[in-house]
Amino acid sequence: MVEKSFLVITEFDLSVFLVPILPFVASIITLIFGKSYFKDKSHYLPVLSLFLSFLLSLKVLYEVLQGKVYNFDLYTWVIAGSFSVGLGFQVDPLSAMMCAMVTSLAFLIHVYSIGYMHGDPGYYRFFSYISLFTFSMLMLVLSNNLVQLYLGWELVGLCSYFLIGFWYEKKSAANAAIKAFVVNRIGDFGFGLGIFMVFYFLGTVYYQEIFARLPQIKEAYLPILGYEIHVPFLMAFLLFCGAMGKSAQFPLHVWLPDAMEGPTPVSALIHAATMVTAGVFMVSRLSPLYVMSNEAMALVAFVGAFTCFLAATIAPTQFDIKRVIAYSTLSQLGYMFMACGVGAFSAGMFHLFTHAYFKALLFLGAGSVIHAMHHAPDPNDIRYMGGLKRYMPITYVTMLIASLSISGIPGLAGFFSKDEILAMAFFSPYPWGKIIWAIGLFVASLTAFYTFRVFFKAFHGEFRGLVVLHGKEPHESPKVMTIPLILIAVGAIFSGWLGIPEALGGGANFQRFLEQVVYHTEITIPNHSLEYTLMVLSVLAGLIGISVAYIIYVKRPNLERLFSANFRSLYQFLYRKWYFDEIYHYMFVVPTFFLARTVVNLILDTFIIDHTVNGAAKTTLSFGTLLRKVHVGIVNYYLISIVIGLIIYFAILYYLY
Amino acid sequence: MGADFGLLSLILWFPLIGIILLFFIDRKKNITIKTIALIVTLIDFFLSLYLLYFFNPNVPSFQFVEKKNWIPFLNSYYHLGVDGISILFIPLATLTTLLCILISWYSIKEKVKEFYLALLFTNIAMVGVFLALDLLLFYFFWEAILIPMYLIIGIWGGPRRIYSTLKFFLYTFFGSVFLLIAIIYIYHLHGTFDYQLLISKNYSFAVEKLLFLGFLLAFAVKVPMWPVHTWLPDAHTEAPTAGSVILAGILIKMGGYGMVRFLLPLFPNASQYFIPLILILSVIAIVYAGLACLWQDDLKRLIAYSSVSHMGFVTLGIFSLNPVAIKGAILQMINHGIVTGALFMCVGVIYDRTHTRAINYYGGLASTFPLYAAFFMVFTLASIGLPGTNGFIGEFLILLGTFLSNKVMAALAASGVIIGAAYMLYLYKRVFFEKPKSHLYGLEPMKLAELAAIIPMVFFVFLIGLYPKYFLDLMTSSVNQVLLYFQ
Repeated sequence: MVEKSFLVITEFDLSVFLVPILPFVASIITLIFGKSYFKDKSHYLPVLSLFLSFLLSLKVLYEVLQGKVYNFDLYTWVIAGSFSVGLGFQVDPLSAMMCAMVTSLAFLIHVYSIGYMHGDPGYYRFFSYISLFTFSMLMLVLSNNLVQLYLGWELVGLCSYFLIGFWYEKKSAANAAIKAFVVNRIGDFGFGLGIFMVFYFLGTVYYQEIFARLPQIKEAYLPILGYEIHVPFLMAFLLFCGAMGKSAQFPLHVWLPDAMEGPTPVSALIHAATMVTAGVFMVSRLSPLYVMSNEAMALVAFVGAFTCFLAATIAPTQFDIKRVIAYSTLSQLGYMFMACGVGAFSAGMFHLFTHAYFKALLFLGAGSVIHAMHHAPDPNDIRYMGGLKRYMPITYVTMLIASLSISGIPGLAGFFSKDEILAMAFFSPYPWGKIIWAIGLFVASLTAFYTFRVFFKAFHGEFRGLVVLHGKEPHESPKVMTIPLILIAVGAIFSGWLGIPEALGGGANFQRFLEQVVYHTEITIPNHSLEYTLMVLSVLAGLIGISVAYIIYVKRPNLERLFSANFRSLYQFLYRKWYFDEIYHYMFVVPTFFLARTVVNLILDTFIIDHTVNGAAKTTLSFGTLLRKVHVGIVNYYLISIVIGLIIYFAILYYLY
Repeated sequence: MGADFGLLSLILWFPLIGIILLFFIDRKKNITIKTIALIVTLIDFFLSLYLLYFFNPNVPSFQFVEKKNWIPFLNSYYHLGVDGISILFIPLATLTTLLCILISWYSIKEKVKEFYLALLFTNIAMVGVFLALDLLLFYFFWEAILIPMYLIIGIWGGPRRIYSTLKFFLYTFFGSVFLLIAIIYIYHLHGTFDYQLLISKNYSFAVEKLLFLGFLLAFAVKVPMWPVHTWLPDAHTEAPTAGSVILAGILIKMGGYGMVRFLLPLFPNASQYFIPLILILSVIAIVYAGLACLWQDDLKRLIAYSSVSHMGFVTLGIFSLNPVAIKGAILQMINHGIVTGALFMCVGVIYDRTHTRAINYYGGLASTFPLYAAFFMVFTLASIGLPGTNGFIGEFLILLGTFLSNKVMAALAASGVIIGAAYMLYLYKRVFFEKPKSHLYGLEPMKLAELAAIIPMVFFVFLIGLYPKYFLDLMTSSVNQVLLYFQ
């Protein structure tokens, strides 16, 4: 951390306060009055509040750039014994950047949703939830302590639950919503224990105090089952469990692809740009803790790298356009954790920032396509698309920008941030840096491949959906959707320019800005020529991926079938997502329900009465007689036990006296 | 506030006015009966708020104390008082009765007069339990509550009510007998029932352990702790809505309250000795009952088991013996009273319309009964401890406090949080999501009295969730006082 020369403001500041509160107020009013009063005007308040909140967060960001930071408590929330925590705000480079990113995207996606959700019976509900989400996310990033972070953390999870299950009449949506919540809870179980550990060892949950007291636990060990566990590692690990849940990292990654049941703007905002990056944000926020334990750093790096690889192998086999993008999100989140795990937290945050724009753009572009296809039985299936370039030129161009950006083509946002991660990994002082770099490079070409697979299948070739659309041709989306697309496309190009590395004549300003508060590992780059070589390699990786996709999906479409036919079992393995859903089902869900059933039966058996009076008994015996018999038995049983118990108790007391 | 003011007696006996009035009302005048009961309990609730207002949280000892001769030859007194441990239970009890009257407004159609009489009696007994500072007086109220409860479940309950009431009565009576013996034995040793005198008395360790167990048995059955919990699901399922709400809201809190009030200060050495036992039983309750919830097909039974699981957190917190956990536990009792009480009210609302508690009967209610679905969602979230709701504060403090005392137990208990989310959301899905079943269209919208009963609960869910400091501050000095016995 670069020692900061900030002007710290500890008094209440209205504009900071209003940033999260405006969307909250809009959400509550819309929820209560939307159904009967606002109806199809339900978007007015949320959109307006988000716009104001965006302007305010720009103002706050500007102030932070001028060297002013905020850290104040609104009020004392929970206090018991030595534990005390308030609801408060900490605005510093990290949170100010996140605020600006969240509000800008949330605003544009709100606008986009006006078109996308038009005519849905739950229109008001949608806007209320998505504003509530924005509030929760802002509370999460603006928090000055761990417990409020947890509050935001759970609330974004709740909104995610609401929005995944938005079309709750659909069984798959209802199931996906529960799955998301419960899988996240498993992570939060660890996260909660992590917070307890922090309080136990450091006596506080405020970030600033935590950082000040961290040296106390440098050499602290905790005996668990005979092993001496390094306290910083255990803390970092437990907190990271939460991150694995929220940011959908292996082994808790299974909920995110299913979360695509939600409306597409939700997938863009929550399940790509903001909520799922909360884990990366948290790790960066607590970077001084993570760097205390090499084991923790390795864990973060390898979990990220494995997820990155895992998701990138599944994505090319999926046919649902949103699922492919969801897997690419998993994979990109993996990159961010890889950056954290090699000590380049600011590079991870940089990728988080650029990813937010190009991934939101990918999703919204996909949404635009789905909007066009929505008369098809499965509008998400890329097998029915093709040739959409002709029908939807704006969507085509913006999707192309997003796809090139994620593939790391020079000049676009994704290039700068991904390259930064790869370079940092390569030069990192941590011994696993080179391995991480190699995995990252390989996945980069896979990423380009599957992204362009979707792109070519959807936009090039012949349109294959005429039959399912009953001869109707798809059309470009309305302006209220395409204008946000264009604006976000600007972000997907230029957001990376904020952090152009020194080798390319920039000053890595974005990273320097964050490194004022995020831990900064000294990574020395020996010479620029090696860096240029790495850059060329990663661009090549992207180009190879795109070329292969071009050959398979445009030039020789029969190659596609060849692969799935010749490598049947491998293909099935990937198509079935490495069988994780099945494994978890049989390893966890089935045994839990078996146990639950056993418990219930045990209760019944132990206490004589069988409540589920089985059909045979019910029909042969009249209910009354059965009951009477049972009662007699029960009463005697109880009376006898009371009497025996009393006698024993008396006897002992008498004896003692 | 001096002793002669008699505010506590006023709150305690005020429902008696209603009882006397009701005796003179013609049994056919249902509206009058209900209105009188409502007004009386409403005033009683405001009286308890008045008490709350004048309560001084900085005083660790008892306030508003009243002491009069009751049974002189036994040296037993009519001795009342409140401190930071009991103060919150008084408004909770009066509020619960008040809301029970509202929620029964339409559903109780037979023997209306007797029903409201029973409710008013229950109110007196409940408040008495939390106010009594004389062991005999405490025991009197403790047992007295069984009678109206027995009648409420036995007369206005479901088809298997006789079996359930019997089980309920015998179980709790079984525990109470040991409590009585222990009280008598204490009297035998020290010649007094006075709580304030007894807290300074000592016992030989063997006697202390036995007395502890005698008290514990009564409290454990009431809480109910695993494995003496099996009466609760039966009592809940067969009880009318108001009965369930009182059971969940107040009755089972008496056990937890008794632990903090009597077990810890009177028998500190034995409490310390039995910590492992109680912590283990608590964790078993949390996990076992949570699992049982996953495999329930009866709405009320599911919520009843969830009570067992939540009360497991309470006993865990109490016996973690540090201020964070105990305050969390007391607050959690209040929270549980509100949330589970409200959940039972919600079940009552739908039961009045469909006359079934079978979960399979439902599905898609979110589409056909949206307002109701929203209320149910709020309480579901509070039940699974979502931050911002009251459930979070209690659960968080309990787990944090337990972690400070015993990391392994905290970790095991925290797994209950996962199970809790799973069974509540699974329940919610089965009842409210997916395509609405055809027989669930055209349900009668929620009525005024139902809304009036449920909306205050929503208010308290968020009030305690967002500003728990006020409630926690009330307890501080008294909880610290209790913990002094352990230093």
